[in-house]
Amino acid sequence: MSAFDLTGPAGHGRVYWALADCWNVVRRGLTHYQRQPVNIAWQLGFPILSVLLYGYVFGSAMRVPGGGDYKDFLMPGMFVMTMAFGFINTATVVVYDSTKGVIDRFRSMPMASSAVVAGRGVTDLIVACAELAILMLTALVMGWRPDGGWEFLAAFGLLLWLRFALIWLGVWLGLLVPNPEAAGGLFAVAFPLTMISSIFVAPQLMPDWLGWVAAWNPISSTAAATRELFGTPVGGGDSWVEQHALLMAGVWPVILTALFLPLAVRRFRRLSR
Amino acid sequence: MKDDGYAVRAEGLEKRYGEKRALDGFDLTVRAGTVHGLLGPNGAGKTTAVRILSTLIRLDGGRATVAGLDVARQAREVRARIGLTGQYAAVDEVLTGRQNLEMFGRLFHLGGRRARARAAELLEQFDLTDAADKGVGDYSGGMRRRLDLAASMILTPAVLFLDEPTTGLDPRSRGEVWESVRALVAGGTTVLLTTQYLEEADRLASRITVIDRGRSIADDTPDGLKNRVGGDRVEVVVAERSDIPRVVKVVARVADGEPEADETELRVHAPVTDRVGALTDVARTLQDEGVRVEDIGLRRPSLDDVFLRLTGHRTETTEKEAAA
Repeated sequence: MSAFDLTGPAGHGRVYWALADCWNVVRRGLTHYQRQPVNIAWQLGFPILSVLLYGYVFGSAMRVPGGGDYKDFLMPGMFVMTMAFGFINTATVVVYDSTKGVIDRFRSMPMASSAVVAGRGVTDLIVACAELAILMLTALVMGWRPDGGWEFLAAFGLLLWLRFALIWLGVWLGLLVPNPEAAGGLFAVAFPLTMISSIFVAPQLMPDWLGWVAAWNPISSTAAATRELFGTPVGGGDSWVEQHALLMAGVWPVILTALFLPLAVRRFRRLSR
Repeated sequence: MKDDGYAVRAEGLEKRYGEKRALDGFDLTVRAGTVHGLLGPNGAGKTTAVRILSTLIRLDGGRATVAGLDVARQAREVRARIGLTGQYAAVDEVLTGRQNLEMFGRLFHLGGRRARARAAELLEQFDLTDAADKGVGDYSGGMRRRLDLAASMILTPAVLFLDEPTTGLDPRSRGEVWESVRALVAGGTTVLLTTQYLEEADRLASRITVIDRGRSIADDTPDGLKNRVGGDRVEVVVAERSDIPRVVKVVARVADGEPEADETELRVHAPVTDRVGALTDVARTLQDEGVRVEDIGLRRPSLDDVFLRLTGHRTETTEKEAAA
């Protein structure tokens, strides 16, 4: 005698329920933003403040190699920075859910366990789209004028592609750190890592060794590629990685995903130990 | 599915974390339709046992079935028949009570319409209708535990695991949670209750398993357990240390066993069977003899007494308090 048919009342298969479970986890994530809209404001506050500070305060003193307006150079960098810092949000939510027992509640239910992580990822991508839209509107108000058309969409796609790769870093760290307070400390690590890149300053203006590190920073490739696609000043150097920014903006997230997705999955499985 | 009248059956469960044996041959049987208490100090293995039985962690040895299903091989089927409430399974604090229950309902594959209907039903049943659309972050401790219970009852599980459901609650909220648990059992659900409070197990459980260092060291009814530690004791606290020998003599006349005297706390106590008779006898005699008595009464054995008697050591919390 079985009171519950696991494939569901309408006889749907496992894949259907895995997708349905994932969507329900996404709904939960989005409802959080609906109930606490101030969270999105916090997440956007830093990049918008950075645009204003760097654009207006330092902007006149900043130089872009090869010419062009610094604000135009800066904007795509801000988009990349917002995507890059996104992993901290992922980690914060994951550590909160795992320490408060929400993930255990999910795991004790007959739902697809993949949905717990996949739902987080889809939520973060949807939120990233909203963040990018708001940032781009801010940039337009400040006089940023990108090229339209497929190049624009391709740049948008590359930004999301980077965010996607960093979801797994966020999930892994979220399951690794002991409490939500520790997740807050990730910012101290992330900030220098985003500074040593082409986000604010072209690597060729840095000391040689630092410029080399900055050029090979994965987020530099996304910044350079999106600058190219938006038709804004690139400020790129002669190194191989800077010359192949479009390629590397596609490749780096693959490498990051190949590295952190298995780590995240392994850590998630370890919850059963 | 073999129906032998047991909702939970665990034989020789083992769980190791490195060198530490969290469970070391743990046995447990729980009759269907009853509340079964699992008692033990912190670190005894209660939570590990519950986490294995509710499929959250894998076992290293032994065998366990819940609702007739193997927890290791049929985890997903087990999950459709259990509820888990307590320190480790929480509700979402940002969502409202209603949003929580509807979300869990959809994740239990009820579909949108049935999930909404079931949420409304449970909010009513657990007396949360007025707070249904408030964020759970604004709930009191008792309301949150009731919502937790409601979330575990969405599919009316065959077995409900209640992991320290009233830890940290005030007496009134504790009473509310107890009421809810009784109502669930009346509806046919089997409950495995872990707790540190003997009183709680006493009020709710028809049978109790005591766990220590990863093993079950006793399995009995609440009364049976209390009888093992000698049942009720008469206890006298005097004002003057010099009165202690006289009080011991008086108490010995009515006691079932040797009276014990605590010189530092000026306390004399002994097990008694004729509880009220013994108490009045001791009180009257001490008054006649002119002994100054600070306090006198009947003391029921506590979990700590059960522990001390069964294991020879006190519960960890008490040890810590004693050390502090």
